[in-house]
Amino acid sequence: MTELDSDFSAREGVDQATVDAVRTVGGAYRYGFSTDIETEYAPKGLNEDIVRHISARNDEPDWMTEWRLAAYRRWVRMSEPRWAMVEYPRIDFQDQYYYAQPKSMAESRPESIDDVDPKLLETYRKLGIPLKEQLVLAGVQGAGETPADGRKVAVDAVFDSVSVGTTFRAELARAGVIFCPISEAIRDHPDLVRRYLGSVVPQSDNFYATLNSAVFSDGSFVYVPPGVRCPMELSTYFRINAENTGQFERTLIIADRGAHVSYLEGCTAPQRDTNQLHAAVVELVAEEDSEIKYSTVQNWYPGDAEGKGGIYNFVTKRADCRGARSKVMWTQVETGSAITWKYPSCILRGHESQGEFYSIAIANNFQQADTGTKMVHLGRNSRSRIVSKGISAGRAQNTYRGLVSMHPRAKNSRNHTQCDSLLIGGNCGAHTVPYIEVRNDSSRVEHEATTSRVDEDQLFYCRQRGMDEEEAVALVVNGFCKEVLQALPMEFAMEAQQLVAISLEGSVG
Amino acid sequence: MLKISDLHVSLEEEQKPILKGVDLELPAGQVHAVMGPNGSGKSTLSYVLAGRDGYDVTAGSVTLDGDDIFELDPDERAVNGLFLAFQYPVEIPGVTNMTFLRTAMNALCKARGEDEVSAADFLRMVRSRARELEIGSDLLKRPLNTGFSGGEKKRNEILQMAVLRPRVCILDETDSGLDIDAMKLVAAGVNRLRNPTRSFLVITHYQRLLDYIEPDVVHVMADGRIVETGGPELALRVEKTGYSRLLKKVA
Repeated sequence: MTELDSDFSAREGVDQATVDAVRTVGGAYRYGFSTDIETEYAPKGLNEDIVRHISARNDEPDWMTEWRLAAYRRWVRMSEPRWAMVEYPRIDFQDQYYYAQPKSMAESRPESIDDVDPKLLETYRKLGIPLKEQLVLAGVQGAGETPADGRKVAVDAVFDSVSVGTTFRAELARAGVIFCPISEAIRDHPDLVRRYLGSVVPQSDNFYATLNSAVFSDGSFVYVPPGVRCPMELSTYFRINAENTGQFERTLIIADRGAHVSYLEGCTAPQRDTNQLHAAVVELVAEEDSEIKYSTVQNWYPGDAEGKGGIYNFVTKRADCRGARSKVMWTQVETGSAITWKYPSCILRGHESQGEFYSIAIANNFQQADTGTKMVHLGRNSRSRIVSKGISAGRAQNTYRGLVSMHPRAKNSRNHTQCDSLLIGGNCGAHTVPYIEVRNDSSRVEHEATTSRVDEDQLFYCRQRGMDEEEAVALVVNGFCKEVLQALPMEFAMEAQQLVAISLEGSVG
Repeated sequence: MLKISDLHVSLEEEQKPILKGVDLELPAGQVHAVMGPNGSGKSTLSYVLAGRDGYDVTAGSVTLDGDDIFELDPDERAVNGLFLAFQYPVEIPGVTNMTFLRTAMNALCKARGEDEVSAADFLRMVRSRARELEIGSDLLKRPLNTGFSGGEKKRNEILQMAVLRPRVCILDETDSGLDIDAMKLVAAGVNRLRNPTRSFLVITHYQRLLDYIEPDVVHVMADGRIVETGGPELALRVEKTGYSRLLKKVA
């Protein structure tokens, strides 16, 4: 078989699986079930005692408790940012739970996956997340279909406030890679954590990042030592289950000199008619000649067709390309959440460092997304590339907000931004807000933006060939997103295609 | 097979009548040509048959094997075997020609309750049909119609027809913008598909195409009606005398 053969059924356009997925879900969010499990909560609301409670729950050393308290004290003096193009009622931060964990996890931490409560394992099985160490498809779906080349993917599964298990740790450890819950890293690798935590997103960064610094409960920690190419894809799967509970995870990934790592992240939540808060912080540190590829498929519950319920997603993600020739690539497919406020960014500090941002943001029904990136060029000859594809349908509002900044010392740096918006129907909106600052005379910044509608002629053409309206829309939209889909690891790309189709259900006609 | 009776159609927006009582019967296995000057309603006829929005059917009927096609959505008409080779094929950026073909094929199979063709068999089949139309594999990998030349677009329409194997093929000015070599390829493609169960409605401006696709019946359309029907010799006569004499006859 030639290249085309292997290409065309797996990667492009809409395959049968997509269409089947659209059919079977029939417009429903497919991860909306909740797990009936005994849960232990910290008392409702937020104060210093809650912060101490969370710290104690994780058996943290004093320095960590103090770090959290400092963040908390700062946070109480801050106010919520209001500059994003999103509207929502004021959040009562005292009417939330800040810590929830399955009771079985509270009693004794499981030694291995086999000791984990079967109900939790069943939840992940239903979500399609492989918690057994086997050759499986990565990501949020498709476990059980083993691809021909049988790639391994290590998974850290975070359920509400705690990590319930991490696979392939022994095998990774043999390569020198540390992959564990951050709660554990704080206990077992305090030097690394102290050195890097908050070094990319400082405690004072913004309202939500500061809140996260005070109350984060778990998340993933990755350290790839010098010269090591991580032998498999790493992934974390976040699941919010408990009601009225915020999820505040913290992820810290460090690629030491010459290290390479690819990391995937997936998220889902039950279907509830109240809004839930999610405020994560992700910090990436790329040392000299290292490379980090970070891919997200964000599929938090988006709320129903009338705009009721859904996750408020306020996330701070930033990479520090500290070393010369370091490289970070963010790829995101944002289909979920009622509100998305998220700007995965790169500080291009190293000379010849590179930052890339590929994004698909889909907003349907009453979803609101304000998302984009920041590329801050500090080093000489640094490069960045932004490809953003925003799709709006229903009554949704979708904003691209991006900053490209060339500092005086970032001589001969380059940025290229491509920002495309697609509108489906007449009641949605697309907005593009680029900020460009150039403070030297040898750098070049290019910004291209387009806005288009799904064309009636395209849909008629597809339908004349036998596709129904939803298949036709999915095909056209997948074509529109192709550049970004291609930037995803293959298993994720297939899933993302399906998601694109599913999240546009009911957007036409 | 396809029966058009007293069809009246207006443009939805302007209430402007375009078709003013078209009658045409296309039996299985036959090729009918529809000729006529610009603005006579030929393309409207093809769009109305395929189910495009923007037209009001004010009177008359169209049946395919006895079933009213106006009851059906465009995709349902396609599932029933109706195919339109577009005068202006549409570009779909990011979707390769091959993906488009396979998505269409799967949609048809599924709607008809047939098994899907395996990816490998499908690819082989598409390649061999493409070869007959001198469509290279690079064109199969490129986004649908995006950056295709006029001739490539038209040949690609015929490729889709050859792959999807409809029962009623409507060709809307497939010859426009083609040079003689491309036209021969297109005609040969159509002729290969001729069989006792498949029928063709070939809409064209010029007689030239009909030298290569020999019609059983020729209709001349003017001002929204079919004004004359005859054998292949009618096309030659029109070519010689032009449409104006026929139009005078109508007036």
